[in-house]
Amino acid sequence: MAKSKKKTADYVIVGNSVAAIAAVEAIRETDCDGSIIMVTKEGEMIYSRPMISYYLAGKVKLKNMRYREAGFYKQHNIQLLAEKKVVKVEPKKNTVKLGDGSLIGYGRLLITTGGEPVNPPIKGAAVKGVFNFTTLQDAESISRFIKANDVKSAVILGAGLIGLKAAEALLARKIKITIVELADRILATTFDKKASQIIDKALSKQGCRLELSDSIKQVISGKGKVTGVELLSGKKLAAELVVIAIGVRPNIEIVKGSGIKVKRGIVVDNAMQTNISNIYAAGDVAEAAGFFGGRKMVLAIWPDAYRQGRIAGAAMAGVKTRYQGGIVMNSVEIASVPTISVGVTVLDGSEDNVEVLEKSDLKNSIYRKIVLKDDCLEGVILVGKIDRAGIYTGLIKDRVKTTSFKELLLNEDFGIISLPKDYRKHMVSDVPMMM
Amino acid sequence: MKRIYISEEYCIGCRLCEIHCLVAHTKSKKILKAFKDEIPKDATAAVLVEEEGHLSFALQCRHCSDAPCIEACMTGAMYRDKKTGAVLHDEDKCVGCWMCIMVCPFGVTAADPATHKITSKCDLCAGQDSPACVANCPNEALVYEDRENES
Amino acid sequence: MALKTYESEFKIVRDDSKCIACQVCVRQCANNAHIYDAEDEKVYADDSKCVNCHRCVSMCPTKALHIEHTPLQFMGTANWTSSAIRNVIKQADTGGVVLTAMGCDKKYPNYWDRILLNASQVTNPSIDPLREPMELKTIIGKKPDKLEFENKGGKVSLKTHLTPQLELSTPIMFSAMSYGSISLNAHKSLARAAFEYGIYWNTGEGGLHKDLKKYKDRTIVQVASGRFGVNSEYLNTSAAVEIKIGQGAKPGIGGHLPGEKVPEEISVTRMIPAGTDALSPAPHHDIYSIEDLKQLVYAIKEATRYTKPVFVKIAAVHNVSSIASGVVRAGADAVVIDGLLGGTGAAPAVMRDNVGIPIELAIAVVDARFRDEGIRNQASIIAAGGFRNSADVIKAIALGADAVYLGTAALVALGCHVCQKCYTGKCNWGIATQDPYLTKRLNPNIGSGRLMNLLRGWSIEIKEMLGGMGINAIESLRGNREHLRGIDLHDKERELLGIKAAGETW
Repeated sequence: MAKSKKKTADYVIVGNSVAAIAAVEAIRETDCDGSIIMVTKEGEMIYSRPMISYYLAGKVKLKNMRYREAGFYKQHNIQLLAEKKVVKVEPKKNTVKLGDGSLIGYGRLLITTGGEPVNPPIKGAAVKGVFNFTTLQDAESISRFIKANDVKSAVILGAGLIGLKAAEALLARKIKITIVELADRILATTFDKKASQIIDKALSKQGCRLELSDSIKQVISGKGKVTGVELLSGKKLAAELVVIAIGVRPNIEIVKGSGIKVKRGIVVDNAMQTNISNIYAAGDVAEAAGFFGGRKMVLAIWPDAYRQGRIAGAAMAGVKTRYQGGIVMNSVEIASVPTISVGVTVLDGSEDNVEVLEKSDLKNSIYRKIVLKDDCLEGVILVGKIDRAGIYTGLIKDRVKTTSFKELLLNEDFGIISLPKDYRKHMVSDVPMMM
Repeated sequence: MKRIYISEEYCIGCRLCEIHCLVAHTKSKKILKAFKDEIPKDATAAVLVEEEGHLSFALQCRHCSDAPCIEACMTGAMYRDKKTGAVLHDEDKCVGCWMCIMVCPFGVTAADPATHKITSKCDLCAGQDSPACVANCPNEALVYEDRENES
Repeated sequence: MALKTYESEFKIVRDDSKCIACQVCVRQCANNAHIYDAEDEKVYADDSKCVNCHRCVSMCPTKALHIEHTPLQFMGTANWTSSAIRNVIKQADTGGVVLTAMGCDKKYPNYWDRILLNASQVTNPSIDPLREPMELKTIIGKKPDKLEFENKGGKVSLKTHLTPQLELSTPIMFSAMSYGSISLNAHKSLARAAFEYGIYWNTGEGGLHKDLKKYKDRTIVQVASGRFGVNSEYLNTSAAVEIKIGQGAKPGIGGHLPGEKVPEEISVTRMIPAGTDALSPAPHHDIYSIEDLKQLVYAIKEATRYTKPVFVKIAAVHNVSSIASGVVRAGADAVVIDGLLGGTGAAPAVMRDNVGIPIELAIAVVDARFRDEGIRNQASIIAAGGFRNSADVIKAIALGADAVYLGTAALVALGCHVCQKCYTGKCNWGIATQDPYLTKRLNPNIGSGRLMNLLRGWSIEIKEMLGGMGINAIESLRGNREHLRGIDLHDKERELLGIKAAGETW
């Protein structure tokens, strides 16, 4: 067989979403000359995935979906291979194989293939009107479908981040929605029941419903199109649109059998390096350390994807920085109620030395919950009022002992001024801490 | 880079920084015209005075060298100015996802309920020798200095 | 409630076309003279609370404010002025003493403004201080009667033992103002400026705060009748020690710092329990004679191992020259005379306005007396009380003073607008207050810089005036009354001042 012309580059990056972009930016901070090839199965446009809900809602135009300007590749001296699928990584040969059979040799490889939607086997789901909601293409398809079929009501399966984002978008398009969730609350990994109830109330004010502890048994259709769903509980809901949003899993297809260590995602260390020294992974595909210790985890959230991408890029270019571990955090606004949750917020009661502070004003959809372990902040839920939420996030990251100001934590005007003098001065005036 | 440093022991809580910040971000930059015609009633300045008893200080974006808001911003609205190093915000791109609010450890990005965007983020009064809050602080509780290159 | 029958002294005028209701005035007025009405979104004024300190006027970002003396005046007479009537009514209301602060508010003759300086023309050349050296260096302390030298193999050295001296870069010092009467930030400003400019500042009778010990080589520590903050360490953390017998603003009476002005920091510095009144008795209860004074002077000299000059401060009263003579004989290295116009943080108005004599006359008679008695070299003369500008200073030196103390002028440099409400503890300029919300307003970085500016400005002017007289060292002007002429003065006054009338020749 005639050897096809093999491309090679110092850095090969699979994917062109946030982790990949962050990696490129970090590489170019130290290495201006090394060649970079980027391969993506999607188009050339660098768009922001979480923005698809705003796009579907009609709040942003396609041009504002751009996360980086069109000149990004040229500016960073990148050779882009768009709409090309990597099918296999071959660590022994330092090559990746594309769907068309061509090979690309790499000096260092970064895998940022992200996640893919989980689609449980649902009877009758293979009809028009059933969608996932993770890519721009999904959003465009849904949008077209809504227009073409004058959709008035929809069912969303899954009240996680993606499901809620889809809900937000569909509500903006004046579509009545029902969210079906297997757990007993929305955002089950980060929300508690009280937070969930506030959102439930706000949703129902807009004529929408939450069906908790339930799931879709089958999709009902007519003429090849969705007409409704039947739930496990037996309830039947009419709907012209179904969004399956029960989650994503790492897209690890290309590393199968390559020798790269995989659990749920691609296992990486604190420099985002896999078990193979010149192969890195970052973003939703990576399984990295958690902030609070314990087992490594796949953390499919935007800020961490960026952070991991930067660390991977820097490491590939020879600059070692350390990943401090991921913290779960979400900011979602649903039915006009903004919410932010950060860190460990769901407790099963078995934890030691944990204290929970709570304050709520359900009438005004306001709720604040703080989780302390050994007087250090580990988690926070803010519903309704989210001003200055990052101060809590900062306290979590800096592992600040809150003993001396614990009683102020729930105050509405909790601010930098509430912090101990030493820490406060360190923060605002760069005065070294006396500790 | 040049940064705004805070001396809380000399902040007198007069809030002239807030007033002049608002004025500096109007079209006319004339205080009377700004307050009579340009500044909306419940406008918030990009500098925030925190006050508790006799303690007070004026806090604005710290323009972190390792800015969590830039990392968290999913639209690319929050970005670093290549020339000055300042962390700036493109209101056009902002969709109001509040990710920056979630991660800013100083709590200095604020939501504008009217436009549903992040509003009045400190831009160090781009193009000015000294930001308005610093220039108008009557007690040098805010100073604008490059301390990094000194040490 | 009884009817209040006198009206506010001041009227707050707000230009509504300029007011943006930003409430800076509301936040800045410790007297609550400005009130914000959230419903109307307007700021209103309560004239009765205004003390005319101009803080709001200075801070208003749109310059929408000014303060007027209220146009409403009592009918009165030339004798029964509005303030005379107002004071009688106030005392009839309260039965109390009319308190005030700063210096004398009566229009007694001002001798500085009746004394004119000389300048060179033809027969002796004037000197340009920009081109030629000009010496303002001043040495304070006892000078020996004669100097003896020894010559060892061609190397000449001083044989006479010199007692400790203070060296000033310019003939000006900051006078005693206690921590308690003024804020720590004011003290910091004074100490830092004195330290950097090469002069001295004075603690007053309130001890020395620990943060200021680093300025000890430029610090004069005061020992007064209450002996607050005095111990051996205090006496030795200094360049000189001053015994205060009297004060120009209130000769013959003591001081009273109310307990509410004695918070933790002050209590530690003064070495008294927090919240207790700090009472300085009218006399020192161990001093009833010059001999008693001598004991204290030498007790302090012993305690400081004769390494520091000891000053004695007295108010300028009728027998000032005899008293000053006694003070020198008691062993003082410098006698400080505080004149009629000297300031205070709190005094009964009747004392401030009616007791003592003008500093000009006091300097002249004390200097003359010392010369007559042949003791002028035994002590320096430091004059205090109401110096407003460099001309006052240079005239004082020509009359015989070695250096002057500035109190009010220094405070004005720090922001004081002489509203005379020091005793209320609500100084909006952060000077005469201990309220932490107010003391922050005086940033010592700014304050010390402003004080140094003042010292620099006055020093340049003194050099100009000296040069004009054809003199190139301040030492040559000291007591040189030929350079002064009196105008609009009676013969007796000129005789006491020891100066000729304007128009008289050498």
